[in-house]
Amino acid sequence: MSRKNHIIVPLPSKRQFYGHGIPGVRLEQLVGKLIVVEGADGSGRSTQIARLVDWLETSGHATVQVGLKRSTLVSEELQRAQGGNILSRTTLSLFYATDFADQLENIILPALKAGFIVLADRYIYTLMARDMVRGMDEEWLKNLYGIALVPDAVFYLAVDAEELVQRNLSKNAALDYWESGMDLGLSRDMFDSFLQYQKAMESAFRELQKTYGFTIVDGNKSVDEVTRALRKKMDAVLAGA
Amino acid sequence: MKTFAELNFPGRLIAVEGLDGSGKSTQIYLLKRWLEAIGVRVYFSEWNSSELVKSATSKGKKRELLTPTTFSLIHATDFADRYERHLLPLLRAGYIVLCDRYIFTAFGRDVVRGCPPAWVRGIYNFAALPDITFFFKADLEVSLARILDGRPKLKFFEAGMDLRLSSDPYESFRIFQGRILEQYLGMSEEFNFVVIDANSRVEVQQERLRRVVEERIDLSRFQRRTPLPLPPSVPRGFKKMELDDEPVE
Repeated sequence: MSRKNHIIVPLPSKRQFYGHGIPGVRLEQLVGKLIVVEGADGSGRSTQIARLVDWLETSGHATVQVGLKRSTLVSEELQRAQGGNILSRTTLSLFYATDFADQLENIILPALKAGFIVLADRYIYTLMARDMVRGMDEEWLKNLYGIALVPDAVFYLAVDAEELVQRNLSKNAALDYWESGMDLGLSRDMFDSFLQYQKAMESAFRELQKTYGFTIVDGNKSVDEVTRALRKKMDAVLAGA
Repeated sequence: MKTFAELNFPGRLIAVEGLDGSGKSTQIYLLKRWLEAIGVRVYFSEWNSSELVKSATSKGKKRELLTPTTFSLIHATDFADRYERHLLPLLRAGYIVLCDRYIFTAFGRDVVRGCPPAWVRGIYNFAALPDITFFFKADLEVSLARILDGRPKLKFFEAGMDLRLSSDPYESFRIFQGRILEQYLGMSEEFNFVVIDANSRVEVQQERLRRVVEERIDLSRFQRRTPLPLPPSVPRGFKKMELDDEPVE
């Protein structure tokens, strides 16, 4: 095989959970890689993940994708609960944690064991930031999400709230109720609420960054530029950095 | 963690805990009947009964999708829903709330399933402690016999089959319940359980429950000042009485 077609076998990284973790998991068996892309709706998450998948698969790596509200266990119920906006804060938070744990144990961990590269479209940080913005206790959240595995890379696509509005409107001609934080009662005007909420989310993310140290990527830049930044970091991850 | 009284709630919460078959549901039912009869505003809440979360829980159980972690989280979700939507408002409004199982059920069961105790307790730390917790302590064999005598079909998670303790559901249930009993006994002092001898006669236990409740809670504060609701046909012009007055301080 020529050097050019040589497929890199990613070096296993030192694995750990953020807290107590999941009982009975043997960390040394998790030889795959866990890559997380975080960011608001309209920050380019799905576009970048699709590009990463293309690139990884053509380079010979097997991939699996996970995201919020996609568990077999509770996704339907979560959707319904959100639709009616009937659950109070702690309940909704725990419901999301259940959804996350179900995917962690049934998709993420087995895939990592099988040597896959797992791409997570959002992870615990979005869930934590949302709850922090709504006044929930950070220590409580850290204990709750102590079950989560520390990823190999976390990219946060930071996009200005004003730019997010433009992107969301040009795509859907409307703003999402939850992405506008309408449940918080910041403003009855959705446009106004969206801007305030996204700014609050942004600062919650920057707060979390201090603890979790993820890579902040300037998502205001062009799609290609963002992809280049992601790949550069990915090369290092695959090399076992 | 503090009790509702310590947090200055006008209401009070009484919980019963114990193994399946310890007779705790019978006892809390009789307690409710008595409180109602003497005109106390009372509300009864069962473990695992929130409407919204129920469909996910039953799906998870039926299809055996649950791991110790998701089992724990989905029950915490159910509890939080009941806590925030029912228990808290009722306790704010001065009700006596009776709970058939409370957070100690999770503390015991989830830990037996292998979840770290500190993690489980941390999750439930949004909940205040009951003002009285009755623990129904029965010999393991007595509780087991009450459940197993009819040779019922034990459900997978109920029997602790997910723990792979034994391939026989009855044997698995025995071991599982035995371990939960150990957890309860370990918590008894820490959480100030009022231990009830569940091997004694129903009436003897109920007498004790009622006495403890009377001693610890000034029930007159929770009684309706006005008589129970009027008959449905109220004559025109008849002045409607207030049914739910504030408790008398």
